[in-house]
Amino acid sequence: MTFSKEQMARRAAAEIPAGSIVNLGIGLPTLVADYLPEGHAWLHSENGLLGMGPFPYEGDEDPQIINAGKQTVTVLPGGSTFDSAASFAMIRGGHVDVALLGAMQVSARGDLANWAVPGGKVMGIGGAMDLASGCRRCLVLMTHSTKDGEPKLVAECTYPLTARGVVSRVITDLAVIDCTPDGFVVVELAPGVTRDQVAAATGSPIR
Amino acid sequence: MTGRHHHKVVASIEAALADLRDGMTIMVGGFGLTGNPEALIHGVVARGVKDLTLVSNNAGSMGKGLALWLRAGIIRKVICSYLGTNEDLHTRMASGEVLVEVTPQGTLVERMRAAGAGIPAFYTPTGVGTVVEQGKEVRELDGRTYLLERALHGDVALIRAAKADPFGNLRFYRTSRNFSPIMATAARTTIAEVDALVPLGGLDPDDVHLPGVHVHRVVEVREHENPFEFKTTRKRP
Repeated sequence: MTFSKEQMARRAAAEIPAGSIVNLGIGLPTLVADYLPEGHAWLHSENGLLGMGPFPYEGDEDPQIINAGKQTVTVLPGGSTFDSAASFAMIRGGHVDVALLGAMQVSARGDLANWAVPGGKVMGIGGAMDLASGCRRCLVLMTHSTKDGEPKLVAECTYPLTARGVVSRVITDLAVIDCTPDGFVVVELAPGVTRDQVAAATGSPIR
Repeated sequence: MTGRHHHKVVASIEAALADLRDGMTIMVGGFGLTGNPEALIHGVVARGVKDLTLVSNNAGSMGKGLALWLRAGIIRKVICSYLGTNEDLHTRMASGEVLVEVTPQGTLVERMRAAGAGIPAFYTPTGVGTVVEQGKEVRELDGRTYLLERALHGDVALIRAAKADPFGNLRFYRTSRNFSPIMATAARTTIAEVDALVPLGGLDPDDVHLPGVHVHRVVEVREHENPFEFKTTRKRP
């Protein structure tokens, strides 16, 4: 047994304190919104939206109300829209409490690689570097291994870095793991998963 | 002698773009296809300028928006933050036809904000210890490491707004605002394509998002395509 995608999202949602400002990255982290109780947190989208609501009802979609993944979304009562400089000042200035991001690799010391694959197509940086280095707490939600079975939790990132020493906690399908100056520390195991399984799937020693 | 803030409203896209020249640096507002000055984008292709440096977050998407400039072969260099699935840009970058400078999104917009605010450079933590750091001054301040990033100026900014008055005071709509008001401050000449033109006094001074000092030409375009990139919805209960 491992955490399903839904369980991973639910577990990540539990990391979000009530009354916080949260930025959810593209991909898996986007799912987390579904597991946050109504009114629990304010979602920030770096294209200039605070107080982001769920996807609109069919027929209500507006192409000028989108999230950073260019998906149509809604604005909740109390929400606000602003320009990109204001949006990134919120991020860089430490006003966003939590960034919950996807990743390709995370190192034991919390280095994050999530914007480029060596030799792959350059997709661009987008808001990834600003979010990783600017938000107060950076959490990662990702599968424990690549599709080819390679560990994504590693001693040193071999992929291009997004930011150094920023990730505090990683939630995977196998476990919840903290990045510390002493390396990876297992906080929680997915149901039915053993510590040995996690150690075998991790590219650096775990404690 | 007259100032630059007389007679800003122009009757046509052609007139709005009349003084564009080859080799200019043009900033274009929009995040993906949201907030694109659609008629101005088409108008630049019709105008026939080339060798442009384009500053845009995405430089087009799905063959739409600024992808038209790529397809027309009028861009020499793109400064952007995210290419994503912009195949028109990927192919031209791979062939060497277009030079691409990728910048973190917050740094891209702050470089323009600095330009518009008379600040030549600034220190930012974004990009420290990454490829973005290469060739830049690194400095420790108050125990944290920062990079020096330079202001980014434009010759022209092409932006889209929801409402304008004849002085060029602008109001934007929802997330179509994004880079537009900042680009307007960073460029020597800003041309705004607006959904609706209202008389002077038609915008309450407290509701102006971008003061007209940053806008030099206004052209009203009532119809826009406003394409969707990802139409995501939920079922009605």
